[in-house]
Amino acid sequence: MRKILLPALIIIAGSLLVIRVFYLQIIDDSFKLKSENNAIKKQYDYPERGYIYDRNGKLLVANQASYDIMVIPRDIKEDLNVDEFCTLLNITKEDYEKRIAKAKVYSPRLPSVFLAQLNKSEFAAFQEKIRKFEGFYFQKRSLRDYEVDYGANIFGFITQVTEKLIAKNPYYNSGDLIGQQGVEQSYEEVLRGIKGVKYIQKDKYNREIGSYKDGKYDTIAVAGEDINLTIDGELQKYGQELMINKRGGIVAIEPKTGEILALVTAPSFDPGILVGRQRSKNYTLLYHDSIAKPLYDRGLLAEYPPGSPFKLLTGLVALQEGVIDENNFTVTCHHGFSYARGRFMRCHCSGGQLQLHRGIYQSCNTYFATAYMRTINKYTNPSASVDVWSSHLKSFGLGEFMGYDLPTGKRGKIPTSKTYKRMYPNGGWRSTAIVSNAIGQGEVVMTPIQLANMMATIANQGYYYTPHIIKKIEGKTIDKKFTTKHTTTIDQKYFPPIISGLFDVYNMGTASRLRVDGIDICGKTGTAENFAKIGGKRVQLEDHSIFVAFAPKDNPKIAIAIMIENGGFGASVAGPIASLMIEKYLRRKITRTDLETRVLNKSLASEYAKLGGMSEASKIESVPKDSVLQAKIAKPKVPAATNTKTEVKKTAVDTTKKN
Amino acid sequence: MKNQSVKNNIDWISVFIYIALVILGWLNIYSSSLLSTEGTYQKQLIFIGCTIPLIFVVLFVDGKFYEKYASIIFGVSLLSLAGLFLFGKTIAGQRCWYAIGSFTLQPSEFAKAATSLALAKYLSDTQINLKEVNRQIQALAIVFLPVILILPQPDPGSALIYSIFIIVLYREGLPSWYVWTGFITILLFVLTLVLEPYVVILLAALVLAIIHFKGRVVDRNLLMSGIFLVIISAFVFSVDYVFDNVFKQHHRDRFNILLGKTVDMKGIGYNTNQSEIAIGSGGWLGKGFLQGTQTKGGFVPEQHTDYIFTTVGEEWGFAGSLVVIALFVGLFLRVIYLAERQKTKFSRVYGYCVAGILFIHFFVNIAMVIGIFPTIGVPLPFFSYGGSGLWGFTILLFIFLKMDANKVNEW
Repeated sequence: MRKILLPALIIIAGSLLVIRVFYLQIIDDSFKLKSENNAIKKQYDYPERGYIYDRNGKLLVANQASYDIMVIPRDIKEDLNVDEFCTLLNITKEDYEKRIAKAKVYSPRLPSVFLAQLNKSEFAAFQEKIRKFEGFYFQKRSLRDYEVDYGANIFGFITQVTEKLIAKNPYYNSGDLIGQQGVEQSYEEVLRGIKGVKYIQKDKYNREIGSYKDGKYDTIAVAGEDINLTIDGELQKYGQELMINKRGGIVAIEPKTGEILALVTAPSFDPGILVGRQRSKNYTLLYHDSIAKPLYDRGLLAEYPPGSPFKLLTGLVALQEGVIDENNFTVTCHHGFSYARGRFMRCHCSGGQLQLHRGIYQSCNTYFATAYMRTINKYTNPSASVDVWSSHLKSFGLGEFMGYDLPTGKRGKIPTSKTYKRMYPNGGWRSTAIVSNAIGQGEVVMTPIQLANMMATIANQGYYYTPHIIKKIEGKTIDKKFTTKHTTTIDQKYFPPIISGLFDVYNMGTASRLRVDGIDICGKTGTAENFAKIGGKRVQLEDHSIFVAFAPKDNPKIAIAIMIENGGFGASVAGPIASLMIEKYLRRKITRTDLETRVLNKSLASEYAKLGGMSEASKIESVPKDSVLQAKIAKPKVPAATNTKTEVKKTAVDTTKKN
Repeated sequence: MKNQSVKNNIDWISVFIYIALVILGWLNIYSSSLLSTEGTYQKQLIFIGCTIPLIFVVLFVDGKFYEKYASIIFGVSLLSLAGLFLFGKTIAGQRCWYAIGSFTLQPSEFAKAATSLALAKYLSDTQINLKEVNRQIQALAIVFLPVILILPQPDPGSALIYSIFIIVLYREGLPSWYVWTGFITILLFVLTLVLEPYVVILLAALVLAIIHFKGRVVDRNLLMSGIFLVIISAFVFSVDYVFDNVFKQHHRDRFNILLGKTVDMKGIGYNTNQSEIAIGSGGWLGKGFLQGTQTKGGFVPEQHTDYIFTTVGEEWGFAGSLVVIALFVGLFLRVIYLAERQKTKFSRVYGYCVAGILFIHFFVNIAMVIGIFPTIGVPLPFFSYGGSGLWGFTILLFIFLKMDANKVNEW
């Protein structure tokens, strides 16, 4: 017994130690994490974000350096020349003391931001002398630098990632920047590149003492790729100028490729205001403007009954279904169409007997209502007919998300038999109940980009490519879905009669005053009724002005859809803008300067004032500043907006003089 | 030839374990002080180099020398401890060192070997019977003399080491109640700190009652049980009193942290927390030599001295820790085995002392590092940085290996 005590103690004690060590090292795994938090710091190396160019290689979005002055309070030398330091950074001595005190509160040993986001010129003078100020150093950050003052809706913007997103996507860390909205969002992964990471070993004072494992796990940053958009910078800019003092959207598409040439929404703003120190203030203002909605991309999101342009589809479907014929189907219009007991659809055409051709260029309601009713009455069961009609329309990409490469969109609405089963649960509905669809009222709803795509499809005589905004990614091919042809269910032979009708809209029809010499434009006017609740009462406002067109008639290069909120009759505002846009794109200059001046000066501000007038945000809703055309814009007649708008105009005039 | 006999008869297993521990120790010191500018691992290399002549001197001195001069060595050692009060250098509040230039020597590291020799010498007298109270007092006096000199330095860690002599004396016939008393004292001490004094007394009464009524009828002695309870109560209350009134706050904190009563990772709990993190982050195989993030970051205080085992745990993982613990345990058992086969009582007792001293250092040190013992300054033999410690342990061990190698020559 006496001999055994010590050996027994040794073995028991040894086992005890092993068990405890086993517990610490193997069972309890919380220590691993604690040790990493203790000792390893990840330092990220952010690559430069890719540049954004337009279709012609014009630089739209680049990067700018901004500089944060950092301080480690403990390293500041006693003899630092505070006066010189403050002069160089243009701050007061009190400010200096306050900032140093704040940094000390955070940590005397760790770096903190002393002065944030200086631009190049603010930083230059300080940079030369920075050696003299021990304890201070700078950190370069990259911010977006917008080379143009348009296209905010296309570009989107850069913002700090939210906690929610960090939880979802492990790539991002707190404080990282991410693209939001526009191409910054849809091409985030292409533009941002891949950040590099360095593992740094820290000591107990949280100081860095070298790289961890000689950089075995470090990765090198991969630079973001530059991209070319399908946007034509000049056309985009011109579109935004034409939309000054109006609300609405313009979408222009190259029919042969589906490339979006211009995507205008109004009101808009200078993308540059969402960069740097003013960003959050400006964004809040824009975000809270619930009336003008500058952040709302009307080209993609505004859903309205399309009105008259929809007659083209009514006609095409009726032709395909064989219920009408280009020449042998005649309708007599009595300035309206009575389709049921006491139900009468008015018509503005010149009346009398008409065929498809005049039906289109005079936009005869009677003709298309008749064609539509024949389509729906083709089968004894109207449900079957509606589904046939509906599936033809869906082959144009309607009633669905189009699949373009921008993050926002709306489906629009193409009714099917189900829609009507829901509306009329007891059945018994017939073609007369849904005849409004014939002229694009009823249940049909489309967005401007769907209208533009419809025109592109008609211009192509029966096919389209999914509209898209990406033209080229450096070193990569673009998504195959943008080079896949979509063919409609309408035979190619039915398109020429429609196109010829559209051509005569400009020659003899509703847009005859908008002709451009030498360019064969095919177009169609439209209006969409709309209502608003003002003071609790439902009030009918001025119609939304709609215009669709493509040109030239043979070998079309541009298809366009324009929607102007409360713009009135299609030919009054939307039509002129369409023809100016087409001329700008095809000719690069405008011959009809009087028309241009008239459009630029057309202000719908008084109409919009009914909805609630101008908000705080409208002060920063920018109008192009560097434009020669700007000089032609007269002072708007709405008092609420005068101050800012006048100032903007002055700047523009000054620019002109300098140029 | 003496040389020949030492070479042939020395216990090479112990020597190899010793060499392995010293080398492993240095590698870990190297890792933990790689980034320090104080030349720690270079100095330790010099200390290790110095052990070689030291070992040769120890081995070539005549085997009888140690027994013959044990008393004188003990006397010199006590003088060197006493001399600290006059000539000692104070480092970090402890007056434990003699300073010769920049070089410091800690006499308490050598006093362990001297005390062992003295105890062995005393017990080797065939007249000595530890059943006699007088003898018990004399033997304990030998142990307590150096403790009395060490405690006020203050160096409670070194003093604690001497408690292992109780186990050695027990081996040589000290009545078992000494061991039981020691064990019960420690148990009561810890219980008193964890629980309320009254609860401890109640528990003690309960245990005594069970022993009283379960025991054989003839042994029942109500008076004895009552006296025990009174002594226990007095002890419990005095512990409570001492802990609250005599102990300094940092002593209390060390116990409280250990017992999980207070959680304070920034202040007093920092040491233990950091050493647990370092060891715990090692996993099965560790982070690899020189790859310990905690070691490099210097998060564990005193890592190259008392906390050297954290480097083992972090860089070599559970596998490395197991190897080191196994080497130590192997060495202790080997020394005990050798001690038991000694022909003279002197060398047997001395061997027991060697095993005991090394063991208690090993256990207290690692237990402290892994958080099951209060923070107390006890080095890990052969591992921790420091010349005095390394030399002290080397001399302690090799004197015994010399005795062991000599046993065949003994008459």
